[in-house]
Amino acid sequence: MAEARRVRSSAERLRSVAGGAETAAPELDRLIHERVRLAIVSALAVNESLAFNELKDMLALTDGNLSVHARKLEEAGYVQCTKKFEGRVPRTEFRLTDQGRGALGRYLDHMEAIIQAVRDR
Amino acid sequence: MAYDRRPSKTLVRKLLYIAKHLTGGHPPRIVRTMAKIIPFRRQPEEPPPEPLHERAMDNLAFIRQTMERAGSFTAVSGWGQVVIGVTGVLAAWLASRQASPDNWLATWSVAAVVAMGIGVVTTGMKARAIGEPIRSGPGRKFVLSLAPPLVAGAVLTLVLFRAGMAGMLPGLWLLLYGAGIVGAGTNSVRVVPVMGFTSMLLGIAALLAPAGWGDAFMALGFGALHVVFGTVIARRYGG
Repeated sequence: MAEARRVRSSAERLRSVAGGAETAAPELDRLIHERVRLAIVSALAVNESLAFNELKDMLALTDGNLSVHARKLEEAGYVQCTKKFEGRVPRTEFRLTDQGRGALGRYLDHMEAIIQAVRDR
Repeated sequence: MAYDRRPSKTLVRKLLYIAKHLTGGHPPRIVRTMAKIIPFRRQPEEPPPEPLHERAMDNLAFIRQTMERAGSFTAVSGWGQVVIGVTGVLAAWLASRQASPDNWLATWSVAAVVAMGIGVVTTGMKARAIGEPIRSGPGRKFVLSLAPPLVAGAVLTLVLFRAGMAGMLPGLWLLLYGAGIVGAGTNSVRVVPVMGFTSMLLGIAALLAPAGWGDAFMALGFGALHVVFGTVIARRYGG
C-alpha cells in the first residue's frame, strides 16, 4: 500500500518535472537507452562528426556491433551517415541530427527527473 | 478363382493397431515417463532489482564519461589561437628591436601574459558557446597537463637569464610550450598535439641555431604556428 502510494507520487513528480500532461508522461526512449547506442549518441554529441573507425576505437566496439547499432540510429533519424571516398579508401562519417540531439536531451531530462523525484522524497 | 471377401490379415492388423494404440484414451506413455521439471537444486534467488534512480544516475554517469572520453577538447578556440599568433609575431618584431636584454625579456614576458589571457578568454567564450563545462573534465585535464611545463619554463627562464644565457631562451620556450601542448592535446583533437610536436621541433632547431635567430624562431614557432593551426582548428572544429 505504502509502496504503491510512493510509486504513484514519484510518478506524479516525474510528470511535473517533465512538465507535461498525462499523455506526455516521459516514456523511456528504448532506442537510446541501450548502452551501445547511448554511447554512440553521447560521443557524437560532443563531436561535430566522427568516422566509423574513430567511433569504433573510442567505444571499443566491433565492426558488426557498431554498424548494427548505427543503422538503428540512422533509421530513427537520430544519426546521419555519409559515405565518401578519401582517395580510394571509403570513409563513413556519422553526425548527430537535430532530432538525435533532441532525443538525447529528453533522455537526460528523463534521467534527471527520476533522480530528482527520489531526492525530493 | 473366387474372390476372397474377407479383409486381408494385414489390413485387420493395421486396423487393430490404430484402434489399440492411436485412439486410446490414455496419454502416450512417453509423457508419463518424462522427468518432473522441478529442479533438484534450489534456484538462486533473483537479486532485487536496482532502484530506478540508481540506474538513472548510472546512466547519467555513463553518458558523462563517454562524452568526456569522446569529447576532444573542442573548446580550444581556433580564432583565439590566430590572435595569439598575431601577438606572437608582433612581440617577436618588438623584441628584436630592444637593445637591452632586460627589455627583451620584459617584452616577451608581457607577450606571454597577454597570450595566456587571450587563450583563457577565447577558450572560455567558445566553451560557453558550445555549452561545454570548462572547469571539469577535459578542460581541467587540458590545463593540468599544460601548466607544469609552463611553470618549469618560467623557472628556467629566470635561472638561465641570470646566468646570462638569454640566447637559449627562445628554444627553451618553444620546446617546453610544445611539450605542454602535446601533453594537453592528448585529450584533444588531433591537430593540437601535432601543433605541440611542431613547436618542439622548432624549439630544438632554435637551440641548435645561432642565438641571434631566437626572435625569428619565436615569430615562426609562436606566431606563424598559432596562426596556421588556429585557422585549421577554426575551420574544422567550429570557431
